[in-house]
Amino acid sequence: MSDWYRDLANSGVGAALTRRLGLPRPAVLRRYTPGDPLLPGPVVVVGTAGGRLADEVGAVLKEAGVTVLAADAAADAERLGAVVLDATGVSSPADLAVATTALAPAVKRLRSSGRVVVLADPATDAASPAQAATRQALDGLVRSLAKELRSGSTANLLLVPAGADASLAGPLRFFLSGRSAYVDGQVVTLSPAELPAAEAAERPLAGQVAVVTGAARGIGAAIARVLARDGAHVVAVDVPAAGQALAEVANEIGGTAFGLDITAGDAPARLVEHLRERHGGVDVVVHNAGITRDKLLVNMDAARWESVIAVNLQAQLDLTTALLAADGLLRPGARVVCVSSQSGIAGNRGQTNYAASKAGIIGMVRAWAPEFTARGATINAVAPGFIVTEMTAKMPMGTREIGSRINSLQQGGLPVDVAETIAWLAQPGSAGVNGQVVRVCGQSMLGA
Amino acid sequence: MTAPRTRKAAIIGGNRIPFARSNSAYAQASNQDMLTSTLDGLVARFGLQGQQVGEVVAGAVLKHSRDFNLTRESVLGSRLSAATPAYDVQQACGTGLEAVVLVANKIALGQVDSGIAGGVDTTSDAPLAVNDDLRRVLVQVNAAKTLQQRLKALSGIRPGQLVPDIPRNAEPRTGLAMGEHAAITAAVWEIGREEQDELTVRSHHNLAAAYDRGFFDDLLTPYLGLTRDQNLRPDSSMEKLARLSPVFGRGEGATMTAGNSTPLTDGASVVLLGSDEWAAAHDLPVLAHLVDAQTAAVDYVHGGEGLLMAPAYALPVLLARNGLTLQDFDLYEIHEAFASTVLSTLKAWEDPAFCKEKLGLDGPLGPIDRSKLNVAGSSLAAGHPFAATGGRIVASLAKLLHQQGPGRRGLISICAAGGQGVVAILES
Repeated sequence: MSDWYRDLANSGVGAALTRRLGLPRPAVLRRYTPGDPLLPGPVVVVGTAGGRLADEVGAVLKEAGVTVLAADAAADAERLGAVVLDATGVSSPADLAVATTALAPAVKRLRSSGRVVVLADPATDAASPAQAATRQALDGLVRSLAKELRSGSTANLLLVPAGADASLAGPLRFFLSGRSAYVDGQVVTLSPAELPAAEAAERPLAGQVAVVTGAARGIGAAIARVLARDGAHVVAVDVPAAGQALAEVANEIGGTAFGLDITAGDAPARLVEHLRERHGGVDVVVHNAGITRDKLLVNMDAARWESVIAVNLQAQLDLTTALLAADGLLRPGARVVCVSSQSGIAGNRGQTNYAASKAGIIGMVRAWAPEFTARGATINAVAPGFIVTEMTAKMPMGTREIGSRINSLQQGGLPVDVAETIAWLAQPGSAGVNGQVVRVCGQSMLGA
Repeated sequence: MTAPRTRKAAIIGGNRIPFARSNSAYAQASNQDMLTSTLDGLVARFGLQGQQVGEVVAGAVLKHSRDFNLTRESVLGSRLSAATPAYDVQQACGTGLEAVVLVANKIALGQVDSGIAGGVDTTSDAPLAVNDDLRRVLVQVNAAKTLQQRLKALSGIRPGQLVPDIPRNAEPRTGLAMGEHAAITAAVWEIGREEQDELTVRSHHNLAAAYDRGFFDDLLTPYLGLTRDQNLRPDSSMEKLARLSPVFGRGEGATMTAGNSTPLTDGASVVLLGSDEWAAAHDLPVLAHLVDAQTAAVDYVHGGEGLLMAPAYALPVLLARNGLTLQDFDLYEIHEAFASTVLSTLKAWEDPAFCKEKLGLDGPLGPIDRSKLNVAGSSLAAGHPFAATGGRIVASLAKLLHQQGPGRRGLISICAAGGQGVVAILES
């Protein structure tokens, strides 16, 4: 679906008009297509004394062929694709001055769809209250800067605890790339992990088997397409009644269609049997299937409540439990990604059932993370914000327009934005991202 | 020269679209549309995109002249490799099962390693032919070399020739509808109304239960908004069926109603077959093997045998060749063209005189355990798009046998127009 307002704001007359009237000016976001360079322009890396990640950052940029400019490069130099601030050296509030001395001049030179990535230690690991305060201060800095950036640029914070430096490469690449177009104002905490020696940049999931539930349409179909593009064989799962659309998706991407009602009592056993018989195991599981049955709580019948909990939450628990229990089925380095929602974080009127289920997913992911770590696997959640789908197309125009604009990027996201984030979490290089909830919401004002 | 070594063809899986009642959900779909979509559903289920299978064999009973290469055209429109050869077959209601036998035989001989067999039929998008008198005139016009000859030929057109030839569900040699033939047989074998209705209720209930337990989740792909067979009546009952008036047969003895006869139906089905090695190489399951098959035909025009009784004759040949008795099966699939056909066939196998005089056996083949008959429903409930029935039955029976475990045996019996019949044995 086209974003008529964004297109207007980017047209000749529309641009002048929206600027004159002080209206929002949503940008056309830089999104990834295979073969794209990591960044459309050079990078400036700034840091403070004692920062320890310069080598890791430099290696990522060098491998991607990105030009690195000195922080004091001539003002008329090429506009920047990204600014990376290594703040792992900060220990007292005075160190935060780097924001104005080094970060601000570089941010000024960002081109459209630019990236600001700040790297820091988690405040929880700090040696002193002053150090904790300083590290936590970066959180406020990044979230505010994300709101100030224009023209489709984003700012995100990666927390890199001691020992997790090797985990940085994959996440840094994601937040610099067009894959993270609609991920803004987010904080992701990395953890130490065994990283693969090298990863195929174009097809990081080559040879892997990925299950996607709810794959017949909308966000699920987009997830299936992106995982297949990245090299995975996708087992596309949806209710048998959606079989015709499911078959079309599977045939389009060279995957297989597996009709399954995930709430059926024998669904976990059938999925396990299918994966074992047809594929011998599974590398990536994306729990995407979800339904809404909206009503104010006081008007909600048991059926609405129970069906939403059954599909959105209980099925994810049951299927994951069965996959974990099936000996050797979840391959080493397996990735489970669960689709939560902004509603699960911020709440939403009329969606007590849906928000409960989606908040539950966050609890589930965090609780399971240690067990997944022990297996060398990960489990994470993505929480989409306002994503333009067939479902939102049916909303009244006023509600839709407001819903899609109240975020820092001033537009709704696309299903592919959710899919790209999930595909990133599924990559071998995301081994150091575990138990995290990544919002794909353009830094929505809801629940921020 | 030594006989070539043969191998049993494996039934790997199947796909069909829900069967629709005539002139309903699939009224706008052609045979090629339905067969293509059904093939694509199979491709999606087994990940065959862009792959070449040894051969695709299918057919339709009611076929437009433009569909002379129906199966090949459907393959070209599907996600299979365009390098997949295909051919059409037609043996009336035996088409689907015969196609399975043909593919299985080529696999058995090692001529192909994999293949897809199926069938499709529409009674909604049926071909209307030009009235035969008009057709002759038009052929003459086409052959004419001068304007004068052309005008002379055209002058042969008469208003009566504008009435088209509509395909009828009737035997060309007797002019009788298939149901009328079945009614004659039902009268001969004294098949009562109540037992026909009982078989019908069981078919509906068995099919509904199979849907409810998800049995068709990996056998069927919804099509044009239909997710279940349109003819299925889960709440079918003796009381409801008793209210229907007979439509075939005459007078007091008429027992065959629209309920205990199959309705005209649209639909398609396909079955994926392969050698065990091919299945293993593609990480695909083997549900069952096709053990053997037999066809037979009867002289229903002059020979005094019922139109749909040919399977009764095919069976003893098949049993003898395989050293089996009628009771050596775990499941039976007898196509329910009419409830009375199933019951007449079973009664004939139990009848000492018939088995001795007509089949040349020493004694009757005997009764079967009725609880093993059509356990996931059959044509009375699902409907019967002629050429699609064989594929439906083969895929369903193969899955049922697989669910029971290895070494289980199933019998298929399908009657067909023209006094023909096909029977086959599957084993898990």
